[in-house]
Amino acid sequence: MYDFAYHRPKSLADAVSALKGKDEARPMAGGMTLIPTLKQRLAKPSDVIDLGAIKDLAGVKVEGSNVVIGAMTRHFDVASSADVKRMIPALAELAGMIGDPAVRNRGTIGGSIANSDPAADYPAAVVALNATITTNTGKHAADGFFKGLFETALKDGELITSVSFPKPDKAAYMKFRNPASRYAMVGVFVAKTGNTVRVAVTGAGPSVFRVKAMEDALSKNFTSAAIKDIKVPADDLNSDIHGSAEYRAHLVGVMARRAVDAANK
Amino acid sequence: MTISVAMTVNGKPVSGKVEARTLLVQFLREHLGMTGTHVGCDTSQCGACVVHVDGKSVKSCTMLAVQADGANVTTIEGLASSPDKLHPMQEAFRDNHALQCGFCTPGMVMSAIDMVKRHNYQLDEATVRHELEGNLCRCTGYHNIVKAILAAAPAMKAAGV
Repeated sequence: MYDFAYHRPKSLADAVSALKGKDEARPMAGGMTLIPTLKQRLAKPSDVIDLGAIKDLAGVKVEGSNVVIGAMTRHFDVASSADVKRMIPALAELAGMIGDPAVRNRGTIGGSIANSDPAADYPAAVVALNATITTNTGKHAADGFFKGLFETALKDGELITSVSFPKPDKAAYMKFRNPASRYAMVGVFVAKTGNTVRVAVTGAGPSVFRVKAMEDALSKNFTSAAIKDIKVPADDLNSDIHGSAEYRAHLVGVMARRAVDAANK
Repeated sequence: MTISVAMTVNGKPVSGKVEARTLLVQFLREHLGMTGTHVGCDTSQCGACVVHVDGKSVKSCTMLAVQADGANVTTIEGLASSPDKLHPMQEAFRDNHALQCGFCTPGMVMSAIDMVKRHNYQLDEATVRHELEGNLCRCTGYHNIVKAILAAAPAMKAAGV
């Protein structure tokens, strides 16, 4: 790891000013991706701004029919939150599927979303549940937030403060794990609210994406049978030692059908 | 960048000067000389480096020492109440022959204690196997590790630890 200047601001305002004017500074949430990246010398930030001491960025609260999760809330705390389990059990289950217990004790929702790893779980929930991402400068709709591989709509110096998830009528997340890393080879989050269905896929492409054909079919008939003939093109999907693009395309269909069945249980 | 850190390790206050990039596991092993916590894969996969930070299991190879400033850290060295009295989890590992080479054992024991407490001392085999997903053992096939954890859960409850 290259050395860097370390900052541990106590407030969001201090974090924002610590980032200001430093082109090569990086904020750090739980560090579950950033620290391994630094260890491999894949990044060389001048400064690391540790958000871990900003107490009011962590926590879960219910606002009307929304669950609002602070950016620094650890995966373990989302997975075990009574409010999340009651309002959006699929979201609690997703959080409980990330990494392993020690990773869930450190990793955060804000870090996961800001990083936009192609195999991260949370982006699927953000997009399928049509969540709203609040930052120090404003709000982002889920659609359009994830721009591509490790790329989001966040501007330099913009920090996520919370994510607001509207309660769906039904939802489920199904993930085909890489057996070694437990990252999503393919993860599909399906959510139904009224007559609107959203299907978001992670792990398969450069970043999370929706499957319009499945959403249209499921809006008319919310059963796994309704999407059994829908094929996802493999053209832009990831191909690596863990699986080919064709294999991932096939898995999208399988995971989507399983997610619909689970949501209907 | 050199930074002063102070934390509590196994009940004792410790402090030192570290670089910003010093990992918690390096601080424990190389600064404090506490080599019970192991570095296996150094990539957050194997769990040999698991310690408790403020009561929660973390992979100390994926946490900076400066992030633990002010924290309460427990390592494998801090479990036994006296030199001749092991923690019930350590005792169960010995009774059930839950180790061969022993390299993964410190992390296994630390993860196992956290697991037992999170599940309020009530575990079944499937839960234990699932919960061990962040700890790799290359000798035992996990069977005796699972047996040891299942045996330790009631023993920990009885001992009030």
